[in-house]
Amino acid sequence: MSVNAPTAGILGRKVGMTQVFDESGSVVPVTVVQAGPCHVLQVRTLDRDGYEAVQIGFLDKPRRLASRSERGHVAKLESKRSKKRAEGGVESPVKAGCEPKRLVREFRATAAGFAGGVEVGGEITVASLEGVARVDVTSTSKGRGFSGAMRRHNFAGQRATHGVKKCHRHMGGTGCSTYPGRVFKGKKMAGQYGAARTTVRNQKLVAVDTENNLLLVRGAIPGHKGTFVVVRTANMLK
Amino acid sequence: MSAHPLLDIVEKACLKTEDVPQFDIGDTVNVHTRILEGNKERIQVFSGVVIARSGSGCKEMFTVRRIVNNEGVERKFPIHSPRIALVEVTRSAVVRRAKLYYLRDRVGKATRLRERRRDVAKGAKS
Repeated sequence: MSVNAPTAGILGRKVGMTQVFDESGSVVPVTVVQAGPCHVLQVRTLDRDGYEAVQIGFLDKPRRLASRSERGHVAKLESKRSKKRAEGGVESPVKAGCEPKRLVREFRATAAGFAGGVEVGGEITVASLEGVARVDVTSTSKGRGFSGAMRRHNFAGQRATHGVKKCHRHMGGTGCSTYPGRVFKGKKMAGQYGAARTTVRNQKLVAVDTENNLLLVRGAIPGHKGTFVVVRTANMLK
Repeated sequence: MSAHPLLDIVEKACLKTEDVPQFDIGDTVNVHTRILEGNKERIQVFSGVVIARSGSGCKEMFTVRRIVNNEGVERKFPIHSPRIALVEVTRSAVVRRAKLYYLRDRVGKATRLRERRRDVAKGAKS
């Protein structure tokens, strides 16, 4: 198993699930992801930022909803400070020159090694994922609120009869008695479940539809329909 | 229409454009399926009565029931599967249900369905 920087990645929204037939005629369950086109907003370099990454944005945010800093991040704004910096001879970084974005994420990769080489202001489409066999998909899982131990940790619960009283779905014991005299940290209990960043790894990329900007990922991906997802090339190939 | 217009695009691409099998509930059909053995392809035929159709679009399935060695056998096929080479209707029947699950509880003569004459039915419609 090796861990690699993603060679390509894109941002998108989960559309829903359906099924398609593969070349042998078998039914394949797929999740449809509407991905890109994304703009490259910034390239992080070792010299300036201390790490290398490509920052991309997805979906335009209306200007009235975007803060001034968000607008200034994607395009040059006239301000007293920028004028002063220009006078002082400070070079302003290159801007993408696009609309402010709703979803902005970074991929830890070099600009040359990401999606066949990118630069600020460039566009990333699903075409960059063509030929990719497997992908990792990251998104926010469906929120399930405060859930019991049975739902949250697949506990078995207790018996329906044989003297069990009003605790059929309880978690049971939480540990020993006098020694250690406490409950260990990390004990699986009831609590908030879901609505957390979740990644499914090594999902097969079934098809890429460049015309409609769609990705077909085999199997399920976390989150509700319409949720924002990050798709990148699988980085832990077995 | 499915849940999302983008899903429609994906599903439409999977639909058969020509030779979409045409049959009704209660029809006795021969389903020709392509089977790959090694790298040789052959056709297998499963014949029986269509007792149900479910789903829509590329997810549409149909159930065929027959009796083999006194044992009821049902197979479900996706209508738009490329492995379905042909569905030929050998006999049509008059049925008053969309799902003929009641046939599962019947044996022998009771499983017979009243035959519908194709030409008569057509004439009645027009």
